[in-house]
Amino acid sequence: MIRFVRDFVQRLLGDLFQTKKHVKLGIYGPPNAGKTTLANRICKDWLGEKMGSVSKIPHETRNIQIKERINIKHKDNELTFNLVDTPGIATKIDYEDFMKYKISSKAAKQRAKEATKGVIEAIKWLDDMDVVMVVLDSTQNPFSQVNITIIGNLAARDIPVLIVGNKIDLKKSNIKKIENAFPQYDVVGISAEKGENLEEFYESLFKVIKGK
Amino acid sequence: MLTLQFVPYAEVEHLESEDRIEKLLNIVKDRKIVLMQGRLQPEEETLLIQHTMLQITKSFSGIEICTIFPEERDLQFFNKMRKGMVKMLVGNRDGITIIGPASVVKEIKRDPKRMQLFTITPHGSSSSKRSVAKKRRR
Repeated sequence: MIRFVRDFVQRLLGDLFQTKKHVKLGIYGPPNAGKTTLANRICKDWLGEKMGSVSKIPHETRNIQIKERINIKHKDNELTFNLVDTPGIATKIDYEDFMKYKISSKAAKQRAKEATKGVIEAIKWLDDMDVVMVVLDSTQNPFSQVNITIIGNLAARDIPVLIVGNKIDLKKSNIKKIENAFPQYDVVGISAEKGENLEEFYESLFKVIKGK
Repeated sequence: MLTLQFVPYAEVEHLESEDRIEKLLNIVKDRKIVLMQGRLQPEEETLLIQHTMLQITKSFSGIEICTIFPEERDLQFFNKMRKGMVKMLVGNRDGITIIGPASVVKEIKRDPKRMQLFTITPHGSSSSKRSVAKKRRR
């Protein structure tokens, strides 16, 4: 109800002052699902530049990153949006886990501290999103509570969702399992790193943004 | 020793979200596993994550959480409406929520109607307990 009133007022003010508000497209998901890899793929495809650094160490993205006015064209359609890449949402962060990647204790503790702040920030930003892509690692079990919590919160806020099953280039990838876990949502399988199935991905993205 | 603490819905239903979250977190920080009747609202689940992140220290690395609840998508329209009314009147008592400290619970797997809890069993000295942690199916 609050969202409806807010959207109505924003639309009214936008019309009155002829301002053009771009859709805020958020990327959410657990750590190491490939959110920033996907953000980089989109930015490289349409802006010719990367968005952020990626790493095998979890919680590489610890701050909200935004690229404004990304204009994409697909078939006869065109749309412009602001892309918001968020830190991975987790329920636990142990600095000792980072030390397994051969980083110093001091660096691991600092990373853990920043990662906890990143999770809090990512959750705060949920209210600002117009559309969200939930990026899941398709080689992992989709029935994790973090995935359910993210998607449940987006549903409660009435924010349109596209579920992106990433890493389809890997043997253990299972998109069907994600589709079965979240049957009421559009699911598209891609490999953000290898650039596989991007045609279908952009088609799904247009569909979810236009249907907003 | 593993301690499970049952929290009936009646024990938390009168609390504000923030207090409910703190009550559950305090039990978990005491190295106990919470078995709560019913489930938190989606907004409360994110609030729980935020509060957890704020309280992370060297000795408390976070939580493992899992909720199991009855599937409603196959229900008839009137049954859905009836359940919705009951939820509005007495709260969401369906399902069960398990929350454990990450230092005790390694992982909770749900698939989707079965739940498996993997715990960390400390061996030897406390400083090496994580590196030699062993999985045990319960």
